[in-house]
Amino acid sequence: MEEKFNNTTHFKPIIPEHNEWPVVKLSKQRQEFIERVSKESISSIKRIKNTEASLIEELERTRYKEKLRIQKAPWSVDPDDDYDFWKDVKKQLLAISSQPGGATKTADEILKTITDRYANEIAGNFKHSSYRFARSIATFGFARLLNAAHTGRFSGLFRAQRTLRDKIRIRGNLDHLRELAKNGTIVMVPTHFSNLDSVLIGWVIHELGLPPFIYGAGLNLFNIRVFAYFMNSLGAYKVDRRKKNLVYLETLKMYSNLAIQDGCHSLFFPGGTRSRSGSIEKELKRGLLGTAIQAQLANFKNNNDSKIFVVPVVLNYNFVLEAPSLIDQFLKQKGQERYYTENDEYSTSYKIVKFLFKFFTKQSDISVTIGRSMDLFGNYVDDEGHSIGKNDKYISTRDYFMRNGKFVDDHQRDEEYTINLSRRIVEEFHKNNEVLPSHLIAFVGFRLLRKKFPDLDLFNFLRLPEDELLLDYGEFSREVEKLKNIIFEEEAAGNILTSPGLHKSTDDLIKQGLKNLGIFHAHLPLIRNEVGDIETQSLNLLYYYHNRLIGYNFEEHVG
Amino acid sequence: MSGKVVGVIGAGSFGTVVANLLAQNAKVKLYARSSEKITNMRETRTNSGYELHENIEICDDLERIAGECETIFPVVPSSGFRKMMRDLAPYIHPYHTLIHGTKGLDVSLPEGMTIDHPDAEFTRENVKTMSEVIRDESVVVRIGCLAGPNLAKEIGNHQPAATVVASSFDSVIKEGQQLLRSDYFQVYGNKDLIGIELTGVLKNIIALASGALSGLGFGENARAMLISRGLVEMIYLGKALGGNLQAFIGLAGVGDLVATSSSKYSRNFTVGNRLAQGEKLSDIIESMNEVAEGVNTIKIVKKFAEHYGFRAPITETLYKVLTGSMTVKDALTYLMKIPLNVDIDFI
Repeated sequence: MEEKFNNTTHFKPIIPEHNEWPVVKLSKQRQEFIERVSKESISSIKRIKNTEASLIEELERTRYKEKLRIQKAPWSVDPDDDYDFWKDVKKQLLAISSQPGGATKTADEILKTITDRYANEIAGNFKHSSYRFARSIATFGFARLLNAAHTGRFSGLFRAQRTLRDKIRIRGNLDHLRELAKNGTIVMVPTHFSNLDSVLIGWVIHELGLPPFIYGAGLNLFNIRVFAYFMNSLGAYKVDRRKKNLVYLETLKMYSNLAIQDGCHSLFFPGGTRSRSGSIEKELKRGLLGTAIQAQLANFKNNNDSKIFVVPVVLNYNFVLEAPSLIDQFLKQKGQERYYTENDEYSTSYKIVKFLFKFFTKQSDISVTIGRSMDLFGNYVDDEGHSIGKNDKYISTRDYFMRNGKFVDDHQRDEEYTINLSRRIVEEFHKNNEVLPSHLIAFVGFRLLRKKFPDLDLFNFLRLPEDELLLDYGEFSREVEKLKNIIFEEEAAGNILTSPGLHKSTDDLIKQGLKNLGIFHAHLPLIRNEVGDIETQSLNLLYYYHNRLIGYNFEEHVG
Repeated sequence: MSGKVVGVIGAGSFGTVVANLLAQNAKVKLYARSSEKITNMRETRTNSGYELHENIEICDDLERIAGECETIFPVVPSSGFRKMMRDLAPYIHPYHTLIHGTKGLDVSLPEGMTIDHPDAEFTRENVKTMSEVIRDESVVVRIGCLAGPNLAKEIGNHQPAATVVASSFDSVIKEGQQLLRSDYFQVYGNKDLIGIELTGVLKNIIALASGALSGLGFGENARAMLISRGLVEMIYLGKALGGNLQAFIGLAGVGDLVATSSSKYSRNFTVGNRLAQGEKLSDIIESMNEVAEGVNTIKIVKKFAEHYGFRAPITETLYKVLTGSMTVKDALTYLMKIPLNVDIDFI
């Protein structure tokens, strides 16, 4: 498939009339949509809890978990009547068990009040006017910031010569994606390294002339005013990670499922949360991915031939602001996000603006790779959306849901499809990963140091004092050269991508890498000292950036 | 009987037995490649010494099999499996279910190289189980396998037996159970497809060794020693290839191992037995009319273990016997000297 770097093309919106945008249509019928979500969630929950007793038990469990959440992890975005609502649910449940028949509400009715509440809470509130406003603030603001940084003068704020396009390289077959977005519904699945990813992706989507995508944003982000404003206007729906009860999860999945059925392009971060280790996601969350498969089945059953396409996207940064705290959490094995308060990098609007400034002004280059599109079964698709199987034969994707000529509901089968899809996405992430000079030198630097202490386990190794760790520049550059060539071979085999920076002389590559690698951390992952040797100021961070190239067996080739 | 039509590809002895089992519950189309065999089956209504059930129709057209049967059981030797899948692939769709009964491995080697070539290298990249070959070559996703103590001759005589249908899809397991189950044939389900495939493959190594022990004239103590030590080796190899321990201690693992390691009906057992009596491998293979998968499996697995740097003493020693650099007797002496003093260390 055609592959190009694209810095100049201006893409016209594929749907110029914003009233035609699926997300606008959805928001116009917001109340109706919420009712649909609630209704369908109820039938889905009742399929799982198929007796009265088990349903009541589930409601009891939900109420109990919600009580705990209210006590232990209250957030400012939580509605004021949270406590009273659940107290009331308790009363109603009590009534059922103590006076069967005489209760004011049946279990089904109680369930409905809960799904109604959840559906309302999850639903986004897209407004075209604020979308336009937020978007222009974003691009205008960032472009001005870029100028200021470029000229080094405050007056740069008033020029608009440099644009985000100079900073952000988008590669991949962009026309293909635009074509597909006209022919079906896109589910975009990016890697997730930074909280800025969603802003960046939002910008990319607009640049490509695609209508806004809906996506599930952590409710915690709505605690922060600036984010809340942007998110609400960009089509986000709210995902509350504190709520792990079945009723909530089914309602959330149904929201996504129905929105996709209605043709809303969607964005999931399939890794669930930001990668703690700095490596590309190996395990994906299957809940939301599964909703795409459910939506496809529903489309087919409703005689709607509209197909759903999965587009993997890989983001590459030289610098991830959150790296120190992420790797710290990773090393402490705190992978599970339970009732945690969001990292302080984002705790106030002021800090965010400061961060955005740093992010867009100092960051040298960000690359965004749009991967090849697939159907939900991991087959590549062509521009018209035909799935391509072995020997370039077309596959009818309906067949995946058929048995003896009929559509068959089979939850376990669809779970297997979801597992297969997530495996394929992980493969595509690796293929579309673009090696930046900074990642290459971090990888070589870390592996060389690690080789010097084969007897230490990782944790003891990471505890070594940094000032004792030195690498001879000659050795370092030889190893960089060696791995560079191996990476080129892998690129030729279609297993990875390289950035233009990699195609320089090894000395220049190292220079560029050192200049960019984790550049705004207080302690730098790699530096060249006065005598010309390579040192690290933070082994943890070096490990973090090194992890970006894990999963290719490059380890064997260093040292 | 349901009105269902199912396909069987491959009319060797196991393929024929599978077709006969299926024929009790469905209409069966049995495919054979050789036109000679087809004519013979049509004329005599027997094959490999078994009568063909009246519900079996002989078929020489893969396109028809694929067109009329949503569920197909491929039972062809591993060496021809990939080719068969390539021929079948153009006619099958994602709604097809394939449940194979082949207990061997597939290797992809560079053009012109054979598995006997000294430079042939085997890694997880080029050694595949049959389910992986199906995925490589076709759009089929509903894949399962059959494994267990299923000596064709005994099933053919309607002696009681059981098998395992493994698949990650519940619906495939259910389908296999409904189609195969009968008064004298029990069918268990297992979700670990790769693990179950590997047990079937790896047990052939031990069956061959067991035949050799028996060929030397040794009795039950020796066999029991081999079976239990052999199981340990199977588990190590199986884990390295991506299976789980659980598969190995079930019917398809221990069960099949005990059956094939004790039976003169087993082809792999026969190869070992005749080797011990001094016959040459090439003569033995030539005189057998069906493939003993164990021979190739040993060659592949020996080099596979070498590549990943772990020990598989029984397999390594058998490899030397197969290549003629060691006699069966020396092999046994060698194995008895290995200082392995831990009984179970894999759980």
